[in-house]
Amino acid sequence: MEADALYVAWRDLRFAKGRFALMGTVVVLMTMLVGLISGLTAGLGRGSTSAITGLPADHLAFAAPSEGQKLSFTTSDVSQQQWLQWQAVPGVRKAEPLGVTTTMATLGARTAALSAFGVEPGSGLVPANTQLSPGSVVLSTGAAGALDAQVGQKVTVSGSELRVAGVAGDASFGHTPVIWTSLADWQRMAPAPNESQSHATVIALTTTSGADLAAADQRLHTSTVTTSDSLSAIGSYTSENGSLQLMRGFLFVISALVIGAFFTVWTIQRSGDLAVLKALGATNGYLMRDAIGQAAVLLTAGTAIGAAIAAGLGAVASAAVPFVVDASTVVLPAVVMIVLGVLGAVLAIRRITSIDPLTALGSAR
Amino acid sequence: MSLTLTDITLTYPDGDSRLTALDDVSLFVPAGSLTAVIGPSGSGKSSLLAVAATLITPDRGRVLVDEVDTASMRREQLTALRRERIGIVFQQPNLIASLTAREQLQVMAHLAGRSPRSARGRAMELLDSVGLADHADRRPHQLSGGQRQRINIARALMNDPTVLLVDEPTSALDHERGAEVIDLLADLTHQRGTATVLVTHDHAHLDKVDQVAEVTDGRLRIPELIMVSARP
Ligand SMILES: Nc1ncnc2c1ncn2[C@@H]1O[C@H](COP(=O)(O)OP(=O)(O)O)[C@@H](O)[C@H]1O
Ligand SMILES: [Mg+2]
Repeated sequence: MEADALYVAWRDLRFAKGRFALMGTVVVLMTMLVGLISGLTAGLGRGSTSAITGLPADHLAFAAPSEGQKLSFTTSDVSQQQWLQWQAVPGVRKAEPLGVTTTMATLGARTAALSAFGVEPGSGLVPANTQLSPGSVVLSTGAAGALDAQVGQKVTVSGSELRVAGVAGDASFGHTPVIWTSLADWQRMAPAPNESQSHATVIALTTTSGADLAAADQRLHTSTVTTSDSLSAIGSYTSENGSLQLMRGFLFVISALVIGAFFTVWTIQRSGDLAVLKALGATNGYLMRDAIGQAAVLLTAGTAIGAAIAAGLGAVASAAVPFVVDASTVVLPAVVMIVLGVLGAVLAIRRITSIDPLTALGSAR
Repeated sequence: MSLTLTDITLTYPDGDSRLTALDDVSLFVPAGSLTAVIGPSGSGKSSLLAVAATLITPDRGRVLVDEVDTASMRREQLTALRRERIGIVFQQPNLIASLTAREQLQVMAHLAGRSPRSARGRAMELLDSVGLADHADRRPHQLSGGQRQRINIARALMNDPTVLLVDEPTSALDHERGAEVIDLLADLTHQRGTATVLVTHDHAHLDKVDQVAEVTDGRLRIPELIMVSARP
């Protein structure tokens, strides 16, 4: 590619090194910032939601919120009657109650804030390969670490002593590590508004495509959403994720504008050269290819370096802060950056087509 | 192989009316001959060149390059014609700052879709013929005005044009360098058989040219015929 495809563009890149290095640095820094924010967004998101995204269920049924209220894990409460009826809905293979509450647990001198997930014994909602019965608890690795707990030890959760039956998974909910208890033990931590009945927070549904969820919702006074849509019912997640995504969006837009501005100035500056090349017989297509190729080289090099730095910093930082380094936080933002940048450049470079080769003649250059 | 302008009239918009830059101009330039176009500033010399270069379409009249009428050509065809048949030597050398002397020539091959690498030999040969073979790797800022003008000429010849159009090549040069450039153009024209039009307001070197045409207020006159015969 070097010598032949972008003949003039490549030599301009090398000749106007300082200018392109400056712009390249801006691209590197922007990509770095976008990469860091992406990694942090994913890390924080995982801490808020991994227990829900990891559930072996495709939909969650919440108690139908009253008019004007949003779905929320904090306020939802479903009755035994509701999940028994959900189990009978055609197309629903499984409907299991899931209790969600925040609680405190103590072991020796250690105390930790946790999210307690209550499930019926034998439920598939607990991590695989662990046994849960009334009086026992399964800890996520995060909870076990916070309490320094081993299998077989007794942990005090909201006043009741529960024996650690297993440690599995790294599930986390609302930035606290998750523990799983039997539904009976969970109900002691989160008493029902109406004492007489067994209750939970949501119903985890495994459905087939034929199920008429809307009709069942109507009949059973529930509100059913997909597991991924239910994340917006986690209070902390919506606000964090929303503001971080907004920041990321702005950074993308700013990058495209800055790159567009740079290539506008650059194209105007070399419009004399462009007029000469046109007079000598260069087609608009030739000059556009050359200029867009130049923008693509600059953007690709800049984003590659920026993304690599962000991934490196993120890997180091992930020991201390929640940070995810993977394709979605490193490669994806870099690709979006390149695409938006090239778009900005193309809008700027389009002016090439309106340059009049006649201006190359005469002394007015 | 020649350049023929027939009954060319060109006007520019000028407020509410139009300014006549070329008024019924005809000119025949045979292959292998050098025609000088002289005349005061603003008389229409550059306009004549622009019309011949197909950079501007006249109101009336025809431009024939190698006996082919350019009137019916679309813009892309004119661009291709300029690339393959017409060499333009600009008044200012108009070199690309980032390219070396040799690359200024090689890019012409690239424009025509050929490999610049394969054009290296021809570029060196042309640089040699303008006396700059040992400056091949210099960029414009490392060259003198006269040297740049020679590269400007060599570049125009790169795609082996049949028509060579030269606009006041000596305006930025001293008398001696100017004379050398005109000598060079005359030699190249006779060697390569181009139909060359040389615009100049410098009457000093007219002994080298085959035909002199004078433009005044857009009208062209051929006051003296030094020699109109084409040479091989
Ligand atoms: N692009 C243009 N628009 C309007 N008028 C022009 C333009 N170019 C040249 N002219 C006018 O046309 C006349 C001839 O100009 P030109 O061909 O440049 O003359 P010369 O090269 O002999 O100095 C002048 O009066 C000039 O002002
Ligand atoms: Mg002029």
